[in-house]
Amino acid sequence: MSNFFNKSDLTRQDADKIVSETLNNCDDGELYLEESRSESILLDDNKIKSSNYSSDLGFGFRAISNEVVAYSYSNEISKDSLKNSSENLKSTLKSIKGTYNYEIPKSNKKFYEDINPIEQKTLDSKLEVLNKVNDFLRKKDGSVKQVTASFAGEQKSIEIIRSGGEALTDVRPLIRFNVSVMLEKNGRKETGVYGIGGRQSYDDYLKNDNWKNVCEEAFRIASVNLESKPAPAGEMKVVLGPGWPAILIHEAIGHGLEGDFNRKKTSAFHDLMGEKVASEGVTIVDDGTIDNRRGSLTIDDEGTPTERTVLIENGILKNFMQDRHNARLMNTRSTGSGRRENYRHIVLPRMRNTMMLSGNQTQDEMIKSVDKGIFAVSFGGGQVDITSGKFVFNCTEAYEINNGKIGSPIKGATLIGDGPSILKEVSMVGNDMMLDPGIGTCGKAGQGVPVGVAQPSILIDKMTVGGTKL
Amino acid sequence: MVKDQEFLKSKASYCLDLAKKMGATDASVTVGHSISETVNFRNKSLEASDRSDGLALSIETYLGKRRSSISSSNLLDENIKTLIEKCFETTKMTPEDEFNSLPDKDLLAKQISSLNLYDKTRFENDKKIKYLKDLEESASSNNQIINTESSFTENKSNFILANSDGFCDGYKTSSFSASCVTVAKDENSMERDYEFSSKRHLSDIKQASDLGNKAAKQTIRKLSPNKIGSEKINIIFDKRISKGMLSVFASAISASAIARGTSFLKDKIDQQVFANSINVIDKPDIIKGMGSQNFDSEGVHSNTLQLIENGILKNYLVDTYNGKKLNLQSNGRSGGTTNLYFENGNLSYEDLLKKNSKSLYITETIGHGSNLVTGDYSVGATGFLVEDGEFKYPVNEITIAGNFKDMFKNITLANDLELEYSVNSPTMMIEGMTVAGK
Repeated sequence: MSNFFNKSDLTRQDADKIVSETLNNCDDGELYLEESRSESILLDDNKIKSSNYSSDLGFGFRAISNEVVAYSYSNEISKDSLKNSSENLKSTLKSIKGTYNYEIPKSNKKFYEDINPIEQKTLDSKLEVLNKVNDFLRKKDGSVKQVTASFAGEQKSIEIIRSGGEALTDVRPLIRFNVSVMLEKNGRKETGVYGIGGRQSYDDYLKNDNWKNVCEEAFRIASVNLESKPAPAGEMKVVLGPGWPAILIHEAIGHGLEGDFNRKKTSAFHDLMGEKVASEGVTIVDDGTIDNRRGSLTIDDEGTPTERTVLIENGILKNFMQDRHNARLMNTRSTGSGRRENYRHIVLPRMRNTMMLSGNQTQDEMIKSVDKGIFAVSFGGGQVDITSGKFVFNCTEAYEINNGKIGSPIKGATLIGDGPSILKEVSMVGNDMMLDPGIGTCGKAGQGVPVGVAQPSILIDKMTVGGTKL
Repeated sequence: MVKDQEFLKSKASYCLDLAKKMGATDASVTVGHSISETVNFRNKSLEASDRSDGLALSIETYLGKRRSSISSSNLLDENIKTLIEKCFETTKMTPEDEFNSLPDKDLLAKQISSLNLYDKTRFENDKKIKYLKDLEESASSNNQIINTESSFTENKSNFILANSDGFCDGYKTSSFSASCVTVAKDENSMERDYEFSSKRHLSDIKQASDLGNKAAKQTIRKLSPNKIGSEKINIIFDKRISKGMLSVFASAISASAIARGTSFLKDKIDQQVFANSINVIDKPDIIKGMGSQNFDSEGVHSNTLQLIENGILKNYLVDTYNGKKLNLQSNGRSGGTTNLYFENGNLSYEDLLKKNSKSLYITETIGHGSNLVTGDYSVGATGFLVEDGEFKYPVNEITIAGNFKDMFKNITLANDLELEYSVNSPTMMIEGMTVAGK
């Protein structure tokens, strides 16, 4: 746990006083203090290409009255700096008065340990794993032309001080291990990427030589793509595999259900609460409470304990994801979804681990039912236009389906659909729900936060596949 | 006030001295300070204000051919000391890499010419508020516009780059940016579009009412879109999308992608990669240019580079490390391109629209569908169907796909280039791409 009050002339009493006095006439707000340490070590092109360590310290001071949010940050934690920020906030809100809401829910549940993953594994042993990855892949097959492997680790300590002196703290570890391999065969080059991670120590993920499995998976994806044919173009049936393909849910539905877009009525979902937005049998939750997952949080960045929020239940839209600000303006409660990238950024309602729950069909049944379509197993990123509801995601491993059988692999293609209607096209939900391997980062308004996704296999009756073959 | 050169220089030399004292054979350090203030508006009233004040420090230490780096926002001397110790400890344990080194001394920038990148004008928040009020008044004057969001950001930055070979220089830059996002609605659909203006000098920012009107007009014309069938079609890329093709090209010719062998343009120097009418220039010394620089992120002087001449690839973007690997001299492009642009084509915008009886005019793409290894391209798109030079109706929920190797050779450019941003292109037509729709 970081002590933010032994770094300069600022004492806790000073901070409490400035915070209370600044927020006195506001509806909400807090002082957010953050100290983070992070490292990244990269092996590339047969060498340790870079090893970087970084430490960051700063505060963000927020005051909210009515619909106006005033925010000021600095990386100098001192009495002067905090007072300057306070003046800045007061000048924005000078004509707007509010009543401070002291209430904030409490919980003593924790979803990860207070560890510093960077210190738990020596630099030498990290370098050793990266070199083993390089040797293993290059010896595995002559077609391997490039190997990139990396470790990224972080420990972030936060403290939230509210008006009246209430303080809430959290220590968040996060790691990621990634392997990318490029193969070349008969003049064709293809890459495969795979990674793992979450809120535990490196060795929790790497035990039993698990790094080999990561290498094998990256190699397998690249090998499949070496044989790929041009992807088809047009509307067809799509079977999605379990796990990471749930970024479909994240893009198509998730962003559109974030509170801010619905308060502003700019989301295609804003007037659909209580209505049927998905096929029966489709239930989607956003869960911040799964142990050690990348998207899990003990408390969110406003101090609210996270929860499991049911977004869609059996096809019916039940809840939006809320931070305190949007919840207050929409007369509801925060779902513990207030997040920020770091102290430089304002809080926004964001996803945590977004999951479609299992149904009772099998992947086999889905594939057998398709005359002509594609089977998509692995994806790159995705994006959505909240307002029109149109979303895309990019396949990195996919196959044709012909007459109920999986055929040749196809080249990476973008799939496009319409968020509010896509889940009504889901005609089968599998019994094989799987979590993603722990690699997702979600971007919104220039802020990246770690998230997770999960889903079973699903069959979508109609989606546009953006290939080149007509 | 943004910190002055003296303060940053004293921090930089403190770091270099300390690194040397600990035994580093070489070191380089960047110290920067940036203050930015943003005001956000929504539906004609104040929504948020945001002030940021940030210091940043990054240090690289060398021990012969070993290297590692640290970065921090905490510039207290005590913290810097701890970090440099840690950095140097890591350097000792990091394996040697023969290509690690500071840039060649004779390539370092010697003279700093004024590019007029700093405007000291302070645009108070009250003035930002007035600007945004005017902007949103204009943006919301049509009743099909149901939501307007806009923001104004003022940024002032200063930095010093110093290394143990005696390089020590830096300069102030400023930027002013205004942007507007509007949402329009009719009985069939809800659509969003935007417009923005970003300049080094306040006086060059577009008028508030022009910005608002343009955003509204661009949004309203997207209402009630259709989906079209899947076919081969000629695609016209609006300027705001066509410049993205240049960004892809720049990534594909970075020395790092070439050295690693992960670019579809590897080994293509002196070969035809674009249609032979195409010229691509990267010019670092445009006065007030958004991408202008006196030297790159290693201190290396940067000249104007002709990257493509009559369709032929002439240069990669070379930094010190990858240059040594490729046996090429750095051309001052560590950190990428500066002010990058296609030279004008021969056709007017109107003639480009009329060149084919039917084309698809793209105003927005979504998704990350550019594969730099294979050159494959597939993204979601929004735009308009154009027949005989006329905009017929808006189109969405489609994808466009092709391969850059073919696409680059089939580019026709209009003559409407404006050097507005760090990457600039005229309106562009590419023949023979595939659209996937119904």
